[in-house]
Amino acid sequence: MISPASTLTPRSAAAPAEASSPLPETASPGRADYTSLDVELSGVGRVFGSRTVLRDVSLRVTPGEVLAILGSSGCGKSTLLRAVGGLDTGNTGEILINGSPVQRYDERTAVGFQEPRLLPWRSIHKNVSLGLPRSLSKAEGRERVDELLELVGLHDRAALRPREISGGMAQRASLARALARRPGVLLLDEPFGALDALTRLKMQDLLLDVHAQTGTTVLLVTHDVDEALQLADRVLLLGQDPADPDPAEGATIARLLSVPGQRPRDRASTELAALRGELFSGLGVDSHSR
Amino acid sequence: MSNILLTTPAAPPVDAATRPTPRRSGRKIPGGGMLLGALVPVLLLALWWLVTEVTGTFTAIQLPAPQAVLSAGVGLFESGDLFEHMGISLQRVLIGFGIGAGLGLALGSLLGLSAIADKLLNPTVGAFRAVPSLAWVPLLLLWVGIGEDSKVILIAIGAFFPVFTAIHSALRHVDAQLVEAGRAFGFHGLRLLGTVQLPAVVPSVFSGLRLGLAQAWLFLVAAELLAAAEGLGFLLTESQNNGRTDRLLLAIVLLALLGKLTDTLLGVLERKALKTWA
Ligand SMILES: Nc1ncnc2c1ncn2[C@@H]1O[C@H](COP(=O)(O)OP(=O)(O)O)[C@@H](O)[C@H]1O
Ligand SMILES: [Mg+2]
Repeated sequence: MISPASTLTPRSAAAPAEASSPLPETASPGRADYTSLDVELSGVGRVFGSRTVLRDVSLRVTPGEVLAILGSSGCGKSTLLRAVGGLDTGNTGEILINGSPVQRYDERTAVGFQEPRLLPWRSIHKNVSLGLPRSLSKAEGRERVDELLELVGLHDRAALRPREISGGMAQRASLARALARRPGVLLLDEPFGALDALTRLKMQDLLLDVHAQTGTTVLLVTHDVDEALQLADRVLLLGQDPADPDPAEGATIARLLSVPGQRPRDRASTELAALRGELFSGLGVDSHSR
Repeated sequence: MSNILLTTPAAPPVDAATRPTPRRSGRKIPGGGMLLGALVPVLLLALWWLVTEVTGTFTAIQLPAPQAVLSAGVGLFESGDLFEHMGISLQRVLIGFGIGAGLGLALGSLLGLSAIADKLLNPTVGAFRAVPSLAWVPLLLLWVGIGEDSKVILIAIGAFFPVFTAIHSALRHVDAQLVEAGRAFGFHGLRLLGTVQLPAVVPSVFSGLRLGLAQAWLFLVAAELLAAAEGLGFLLTESQNNGRTDRLLLAIVLLALLGKLTDTLLGVLERKALKTWA
């Protein structure tokens, strides 16, 4: 289903500290065009009606970092991500990207939604070109879309309509569309949540590959602990602060963990197992760890 | 397509989410479905010929023979009346449909896209829609008179509502997630409309247009039956009064042919549009 397999093999991913420096010769020529921006959240909160969903979220995401956002269903992960992308403007606190406040539908960010959200009447190529910045000429745009389709392994499906490709391919097209504007911050909201286990693993590898080539900052919402540990430099667990004896309504930073090791990581390493256990218990799940 | 005159076609789905499913691919019949589809009409024609010419079950006043209808057509053609009746009817339908469908598209888009316009105007439009359209006839005759205008207005009223309803409800049901994705990638205003919203409603709009066209023919006949000095509806009443059942049947056949012809033309446009947008 995924083709061609070769483009999905992860190249060595850069550790966050090195991410802003140029990659070795093996990196794609387009690498230099991408900028990775930092995201600074201070006291971010969100209230819907009389219900507080998020409160007091403060952290700095460094340029080129992959931050996974974990949390139980309905705890406000999407809400946080939408605030960073300027899709939702009702939040309190301050969100700065590269030092300046987030704009409505901020152009420095790009979103990959949980659903592919492709226009059914447009070809994959034309769907991806929806994400292009307006400043590009037609020829430049076409060239960039071709590159992206190559990157996500869809170059031979460019002329097809969304309904003619699989769910995994549609998600890859959606990822390519998000990359088309070369975002400084890539926002992914459970992008692989609806895919089968095998496709999901391949998509994770693809994301690592894309990150190695673009070096962009990634905020990745997921409900999958293993996915977070495999992909992220740090994992932000949304929920109640365990140190707070009398927590208020709404989720905040329950844990913020650094994940050791270079990607791709050994999924069975013991170091990760300890983190996995901690994240599961933070989610209120017994991890049955031996 | 004579069913245009007898029944109001069932409303097609107007939800933008409903997309036409691929045609059923039945088993291939040599010679195509055309032949099979022609079977019943040919049998009916034979039956008609049988009960009139052969057995004489019906008198010429009750049901004239097929040849009589044909020669009535030839007669009208030779006197030049045939094309005059057809032409004026076709002209009324096209103008009325054009005006009604155009207004329906404009108002339906406005109310479908603007929540404020919808709140302001939808109750009023709904109230007018609740009036059975033919109830406007006496008022039209009083205000506009018996001329062309009142007929065209009546046809426009008939064509307006199906088109308005189709685009209005389709726009209200455009997938909000697609619209949000469009906005997230920097589309807004007219560009968003042209990129996401309008293409999404193309299938529903064409269902509405075809329904509106059928309504236009229905209202044409109504208008011409009520007050006209020419046209196919007039031919119907005149023939009824003169006892010219052959011409009456001819008028029905011609209405069916013209209705089918215009619907087919719209169908060709629809297929072209669906190829691009669906
Ligand atoms: N636009 C909205 N209006 C009202 N409530 C909302 C809205 N968006 C999200 N919520 C509520 O906020 C909570 C968090 O939602 P969300 O961020 O989507 O959770 P998740 O962590 O599963 O992504 C949910 O309870 C949801 O019902
Ligand atoms: Mg969510």
